[in-house]
Amino acid sequence: MDATVETPRILRDDAYYTLRREIEEFYYDEAECIDTRRFTEWLDMLHEDLRYFMPMRHNVKFGQHAERENTREDEGISWFNEDKWTVTKRVEQILTGVHYAEEPLSRTTHMITNVQVLQALPDAASAQEVHTSCRFHTYLNRVEYETYNFVGKRYDRLVRVDGDWKVRHRKILLDQNILQAKNLSTFF
Amino acid sequence: MTHPSKAADFVDWRRGQISREIYVSEDVYRRELETLFTRAWLFVGHESQIPNPGDFFTSRMGEESVILVRDKAGVIHVLLNSCRHRGMKVCRYESGNTSLFTCPYHSWTYTTDGRIRGIPLYKALYEGNLNRDEWSLVEVAKLHNYKGTIWATWDPDAPDFLTYLGDAKIHLDQALDCRDGRPGGSEVIGVHKWVFPANWKFAAENFLGDTYHNPSHRSVDMIGIGPSALEGVKGRRDNELEQAQHVWCSFPAGHGVHSAVQPEGYEFVDQFKNDPEIADYFRYCHEERKRRLGEDARFLPFVGTIFPNTSYHGRQPRSLCSWHPHSANETEGWRFFLVDADAPTKIKDFLRTYYMRYSGPAGMTEQDDMENWLYATKASMGTIARRHNFNYTQSMGASELNPVVNGIEVRGDVSQQVTEHMAVGFYRRWAQYLDQEPWDVLMGKGDERFTPKAAAE
Ligand code: FES
Ligand SMILES: [Fe+2]
Repeated sequence: MDATVETPRILRDDAYYTLRREIEEFYYDEAECIDTRRFTEWLDMLHEDLRYFMPMRHNVKFGQHAERENTREDEGISWFNEDKWTVTKRVEQILTGVHYAEEPLSRTTHMITNVQVLQALPDAASAQEVHTSCRFHTYLNRVEYETYNFVGKRYDRLVRVDGDWKVRHRKILLDQNILQAKNLSTFF
Repeated sequence: MTHPSKAADFVDWRRGQISREIYVSEDVYRRELETLFTRAWLFVGHESQIPNPGDFFTSRMGEESVILVRDKAGVIHVLLNSCRHRGMKVCRYESGNTSLFTCPYHSWTYTTDGRIRGIPLYKALYEGNLNRDEWSLVEVAKLHNYKGTIWATWDPDAPDFLTYLGDAKIHLDQALDCRDGRPGGSEVIGVHKWVFPANWKFAAENFLGDTYHNPSHRSVDMIGIGPSALEGVKGRRDNELEQAQHVWCSFPAGHGVHSAVQPEGYEFVDQFKNDPEIADYFRYCHEERKRRLGEDARFLPFVGTIFPNTSYHGRQPRSLCSWHPHSANETEGWRFFLVDADAPTKIKDFLRTYYMRYSGPAGMTEQDDMENWLYATKASMGTIARRHNFNYTQSMGASELNPVVNGIEVRGDVSQQVTEHMAVGFYRRWAQYLDQEPWDVLMGKGDERFTPKAAAE
């Protein structure tokens, strides 16, 4: 048995590539919002029924990865497992100006790459919902010498609301076991 | 600054001053590893993480990796995670179930009680030279299962765990007992692990009961993230203690806690108001706890540190932490989140989402703690900085032995106002470990704070 989880693959036609460009553009807009600290504007890109989930990653025996590598959304503790209310609170907290872990604000650069559409509903040409996969590299530097690199994979479900894409479900797989950072004070 | 040969010289408790060296010096750090983490009782993990024979959870004691394992007969062991042949880690999984630990290097195998099962080519290469019974994995000298929490020490001469815990017991109990007052019954629902660039004692000291650092959480208090936030309640938790007399207690073995005693006939403060069903559940727990414990139910925990590096949060949110030393200026934090094992799923779900938004490196409250610990460590490393002591005179002289508070005796050296005397007590013991004092001294013998006045005269 392979230790990997299978990734679904849909037909690569013109409609697919057009859709993918649109999604990439959405991701770049998101990154731009966060990196330029337009956090409130970024919140508008999140669906009202958002689930924002970052599991912890465990070191497990070969063959147990699908079952036990990542903490689960439906039980136990993860790094993030929250709704839009909580993510909004995080933005509010930064905007108080006294959230010392982000005061002074960190400098961040969110890089998004390897974007693929895993599923488009009902189809690529007229998609109202897409499931995507991508890779991220988030660079964070704060105050003087503190620098962190967060690298991993992201699996999103986006839905179209009144013509605009919104993040409905976001699963962030940070490629670390013991977190190599004092804080996760940025967004992913 | 030259390093005093005695650690006690770093801790000028009479004047309430402590040298910054103890937070930044590599030399002090080495001494801590050699003299403190080898002797003190350390929290290793929780029974609920290893319910079945063969279950293991890889943990740490000081800088070293250990395996908490339930053997095939159901007995719990804590074993050094290092092969007796050339030291390879025999287990690099975080948890799981196994019948053998097989060393990847040369394939010595060990059973779940740490004994050697197999040595490849034993007959041809070792027979007559190596007695297998003498080469088991190194096991801790003492282990204690306290209400499901597993504690261990490398020192065979250490006092038993309950003696070590002393009067801090009833405070820790409040974190480990069921919300409705039944003893024990907690389970771990997850463990955060992260590394932060600060000395481990900043974290340990914070949980001794540093109530004074409240302003650093102003942002989260302004926005409100507690279990009643949807009802417009600000702050980071429900204020169930608004009528209570808070107490800050220092204990002979170096532990320190911040707890509170409700007044007689106090009114229950509504909590968990985000969801009426959750609110009802906790009201029920409150009534039931009162019924079981009587007047003692007025006694409630807040936070504490069991010497040296195990901290707890007793109520909102509820967890145990280990502050594992990495170096003089780096710490690995492990936070074990607790719920009542038999709580309804809906309650567990509510609690875990609250815990996650509050705690740890992703938590809206504790991010600000980490920022402070990091830069307090960094800014204390300089040659000039090290010449200037930290000030611990807050509420100096305001504590008393075993006072009666709201009709209940609170044991220990107790202050009823915000104070730093627990930290001073902690560091007095800390220095005695580093100076390799005998166990009776480490348990507080000769500490004038715990000698009743009449007896001293
Ligand atoms: S180091 Fe383990 S068998 Fe050699
Ligand atoms: Fe704090």
